[in-house]
Amino acid sequence: MATILKADNIVKYFLEPEKFRVLKGVSFDVQQGEFLSIVGKSGCGKSTLLYILSTMDTDYEGQMEINGEVLTGKTQNELARFRNEHLGFVFQFHYLLPEFTALMNVMLPALRLGKYSKEEVEERAIQKLKLVEMDEYALKHASKLSGGQQQRVAIARALINDPAIIMGDEPTGNLDKTNSNKVFDIFKELAQENKQTIITVTHDMDFANGSDRIIEMQDGQVLDIRTPQ
Amino acid sequence: MNWKLSFRIALTHLVTKKKQSIIAMMGVTFGISMFIIMISFMTGVNQFLEDITMDNTPHVRIYKPIEIEDRKIISEAKAEGADDWHIVQHQKPKNDMPRIKNGLQLMGKVENMPEVLGVAPQVATQVFYNNGPVQIPGTINGIDIRKQVALFALDKKMDMGSLDDLLKGGDLIVMGRGLAEKMGVTTGDRVSVTTPEGNNLTLKVAGIFSYGVAAMDESRSYATLATVQKILQKDPSYITDLNVKLKDVNGAKAFKAKLENQIEDVYIEDWETANASIRAGDSIRSVLTLVVCLTLLTVAGFGIYNIMNMNIINKMKDIAILKATGFQGGDITAIFLIQSLMIGVLGGALGLIIGFFFSYLLSKAPFPAAAFFRIETFPVNFKLIHYMIGLLFGFCTTLIAGYFPSKRASKIDPVQIIRG
Repeated sequence: MATILKADNIVKYFLEPEKFRVLKGVSFDVQQGEFLSIVGKSGCGKSTLLYILSTMDTDYEGQMEINGEVLTGKTQNELARFRNEHLGFVFQFHYLLPEFTALMNVMLPALRLGKYSKEEVEERAIQKLKLVEMDEYALKHASKLSGGQQQRVAIARALINDPAIIMGDEPTGNLDKTNSNKVFDIFKELAQENKQTIITVTHDMDFANGSDRIIEMQDGQVLDIRTPQ
Repeated sequence: MNWKLSFRIALTHLVTKKKQSIIAMMGVTFGISMFIIMISFMTGVNQFLEDITMDNTPHVRIYKPIEIEDRKIISEAKAEGADDWHIVQHQKPKNDMPRIKNGLQLMGKVENMPEVLGVAPQVATQVFYNNGPVQIPGTINGIDIRKQVALFALDKKMDMGSLDDLLKGGDLIVMGRGLAEKMGVTTGDRVSVTTPEGNNLTLKVAGIFSYGVAAMDESRSYATLATVQKILQKDPSYITDLNVKLKDVNGAKAFKAKLENQIEDVYIEDWETANASIRAGDSIRSVLTLVVCLTLLTVAGFGIYNIMNMNIINKMKDIAILKATGFQGGDITAIFLIQSLMIGVLGGALGLIIGFFFSYLLSKAPFPAAAFFRIETFPVNFKLIHYMIGLLFGFCTTLIAGYFPSKRASKIDPVQIIRG
């Protein structure tokens, strides 16, 4: 299988309150269609790593490439366009735009991309909402949905442009067991059936043990890479 | 950049925060409507004052002043050497007449100039109006009635009688309202006048006029050229003033300079110099209007700036999410700038409507003026250009006030927000 993401000796400093090396040279590859979990104690640098991989944080040393394209050193606007087309995000806090309907929240990144007409985008958005079983709430305002429902809408939003990689920062961190399981099942399905790559940072060991591979981090370094039993 | 999408997001933001948007809009509305009311009224007042002055003020006046000659006769009789001094004390003018040489020919010449709308000839003389034993000083102006009506709209100033009556015979005058009241005369009465040469004459009052300017109404009468020439015992070519109206009011200074090069032996005065105080009043009022309006708009601008700043602080999470899902800095700037501009354009348009409404009310409100003031309601000007400037001002103010917060929003680092 093809390598979709390659991190090469990533080093990251925090300058505040004093200079501190958070990541001390992290290297690993991710294969297409892989469901990867990054685990570790709080402060080990796993979230920091994820934000570098997500291209939102550009202040690091080392090199990172996705889909064979070197992303290190690109401008913010280029990276925004890249994210728009190739990456999807799910965060711990659901972060939907509260003024908009669930449907509109899902549609926005696709409208920004401008690859499809408005009608097509709407149709695709409904299809994605169906995938996360949220289609009946499509026209509800985001602020009126429960936490689990919002998280599923956020996943639909992450999927709208058929990204190569979906990244999650504690996607189940704020959810109860039932909702966590739903999110997990959706991720699993995406990886197996759509061959989309999933990279999540998580504390939830049940969640991590269900994934294809686990990267365990400690003190800014990769401690262990293993396949769960 | 995707303007349509940015517009849609901006619109949703505005509509969901209706109260806040309306308050921001009201700042602009208030500023623009005050601007419209102030500028309409101020220019209306300027226009009104200019009208009452300009109605009877020639744009350029040509006349012959009586001057003391610099040349001394004695120096002609005896050549002046280096050591000789001729001192003449208390020199007096010659018995010269204030007539314009070849006045009627000069009139024809000036009338044919391209800048000129028309020229009205005039014979002005000082007289005493005899009211029993009391003498009231004043003037009688001999005029060409048809030209005076065409250029100075004298017929519009008539309270009683008609200017045409002057043509019905000799020795007829129309008298200023204030003067007629002092004399206790009315149409059909006779008044006795004394000319500077000492001749006594009896003239019949054919009408009463009033300009609304006391200085004129209390001292002036009009008669035909022939009547005044007869009073003065002069020939029909005796003209003391040529009152010129130009096609362009503001060209008076330039025209005066041109005339001075072409004709000699007369004095030329343009209206701007003659009415310097009115011009100064005009410009002071204009500056005042501008300052007040700019202040109002600046205050409105700061209001928008504050509201947009707060708006952006409230929307930090949304901005982070938009950026994370691929919106670029420019998209974010556009979203907030569009909100600001919508506030500006809507608030401005509403301001224009409200401003127009109140200007209209003002223009219909009765003006508490003295009876002889020829005005019934507040003077208000309605000019499209003021409304266009108002809208442009509103647009620019909100553009500037919205730009800085929007630029700030585009620089927000999504990682910081999302990580908490």
